[in-house]
Amino acid sequence: MGAIIEIKGLSKTYDGGFTALKSVDLTIEEGEILALLGPNGAGKTTMISAICGLVQPTGGTVRVGGHDIVTDYRRARELIGLVPQEITIEPFETVGNTVAFSRGVFGKKRDDARIEEVLRSLSLWDKRNSKNNELSGGMRRRVLIAKALSHDPRVLFLDEPTAGVDVTLRKDMWNLVRQLRASGVTIILTTHYIEEAEEMADRIGVIDRGELMLVQEKSQMLSQLGQKELHVELAEPISELPPALAPFDVTLGNGGHHLSYRFDRSAERTGITRLIAAIAEAGLVLSDVSTRQSSLEDVFLRLVEEHGA
Amino acid sequence: MNWRSIKAIYVFEMTRTFRTILQSIVSPVLSTILYFVVFGAAIGGRIESVEGVSYGAFIVPGLIMLTLLQQSVTNASFGIYFPKFIGTIYELLSAPVNFIEIVIGYVGAAATKSIMIAVIILATSTFFVDLRIEHPVWMVAFLLLTGISFALLGFIIGIWAKNFEQLQLVPLLIITPLVFLGGSFYSVSMLPEGWRTVTFFNPVLYLISGFRWSFYGISDVPIAVSLAAVALFMAACLGVIWWIFRSGWRLRP
Ligand SMILES: Nc1ncnc2c1ncn2[C@@H]1O[C@H](COP(=O)(O)OP(=O)(O)OP(=O)(O)O)[C@@H](O)[C@H]1O
Ligand SMILES: [Mg+2]
Repeated sequence: MGAIIEIKGLSKTYDGGFTALKSVDLTIEEGEILALLGPNGAGKTTMISAICGLVQPTGGTVRVGGHDIVTDYRRARELIGLVPQEITIEPFETVGNTVAFSRGVFGKKRDDARIEEVLRSLSLWDKRNSKNNELSGGMRRRVLIAKALSHDPRVLFLDEPTAGVDVTLRKDMWNLVRQLRASGVTIILTTHYIEEAEEMADRIGVIDRGELMLVQEKSQMLSQLGQKELHVELAEPISELPPALAPFDVTLGNGGHHLSYRFDRSAERTGITRLIAAIAEAGLVLSDVSTRQSSLEDVFLRLVEEHGA
Repeated sequence: MNWRSIKAIYVFEMTRTFRTILQSIVSPVLSTILYFVVFGAAIGGRIESVEGVSYGAFIVPGLIMLTLLQQSVTNASFGIYFPKFIGTIYELLSAPVNFIEIVIGYVGAAATKSIMIAVIILATSTFFVDLRIEHPVWMVAFLLLTGISFALLGFIIGIWAKNFEQLQLVPLLIITPLVFLGGSFYSVSMLPEGWRTVTFFNPVLYLISGFRWSFYGISDVPIAVSLAAVALFMAACLGVIWWIFRSGWRLRP
């Protein structure tokens, strides 16, 4: 599949002089789910806003579906659905009208059946005649999603779609995102929840202080940067490491009950076999052995730390 | 031109208007009646007629203009300020629409509402005075032109305003005095020489004068000058709005 969004040198310096985006280059493939991960104030919303026309870029170009977002903004924006981070919704209007309005303002022909379909897919059909200010927070967020989907976008931006959403609803949302992807929609979501990126994304981009530090396939990112830890519980506590274990980078913990060993899963020799042999040789008795895969969270934190250093 | 987007905005705005239609109409109608009582009955008792028109009838065009100007500025400024205030404007800014379409939708709806109210006031005034309208087509033209140009001004104010105080400031501090000093309740010829000259710098004078001419055929300034003044004002507002959307001023950081 081809690229649906091409970002070249996208920069944004706000009026006060603060640079929120520093020359971001990124190509987003049609049909993928890209998660943008980054701490508060990293520039995620700024980047999305610049692509969608809410913020004026101070440098660089963006093409959506081959259309420049400045010179050919109509064609570019027709393809985009945006769910903003903040819940902003007309309070006194009904759910049905709010969603139908979005379709209209995007220049699409009125289509009640399509609106019904969208509302049903978000479990909002029963609420179609309710006023927006009579809805719960989670429902309002779904109305925002319905608005973005009402005009059948090919690209959907979800800026922290699951902030303040309970676990069940979050699962529902993940399912919805998967269904959308299956129907060919490209999805760019931002999140603070690493598990969300881990669960959903095909690729993950890490943003920090306005810089896109890394964009990788999720699996690749996990395996390249991911380390594992071997945890060994001892039946009898020991006071110090036996000499047989000296060559290994092993830490003793939990009052002498616990050994932990870090290794790189993708390395040619992990050293596990030799370590286990050495433990046996030292005459230690194991009560339990486990390994832990370092999560994206560890990866992410490490990246941000390195960047800050 | 993207007519579907325009229609969506216009219909949405009109729905909003009709949700509160009663309170939108009651207050202007009530205040007009008060003006009639105060100005028409109290002052009209002393001033027999102005240039051959009974005082009560003479002030009708001015009263209508007063309401029309206030309403179009207020409605249009609120119409665009509100989405800015609650944040729903993100959708408009990310939609495939140009500024003309946005303006037609919002300003069109605001002007429609204000002109509706102006017509209601016109109808109300027939209960108090005998009206004659010599140039009905021109009267309608003046209503439309004025409603639209001041809705354009209101639109600008709505984008400019950073809070509700600012939003109310302009109608209160500028529009109302201009209307009162623009000959709504008197003929400029009744003023002493010095004040008359000052009055000619008041743009609203040209509107009221032209509008009154369409009723009674009498005016303070030639009708062509009135039309030119409205056209100029409208062009200026459109120019400012064009610049706002081009530069992103107060809309796109
Ligand atoms: N309108 C603005 N004017 C000036 N600075 C701004 C503006 N909007 C955002 N910023 C600054 O730009 C930086 C990036 O903000 P942005 O909203 O893009 O972060 P984010 O990654 O979305 O953060 P979060 O995870 O908290 O939503 C922040 O330091 C913010 O203060
Ligand atoms: Mg954000």
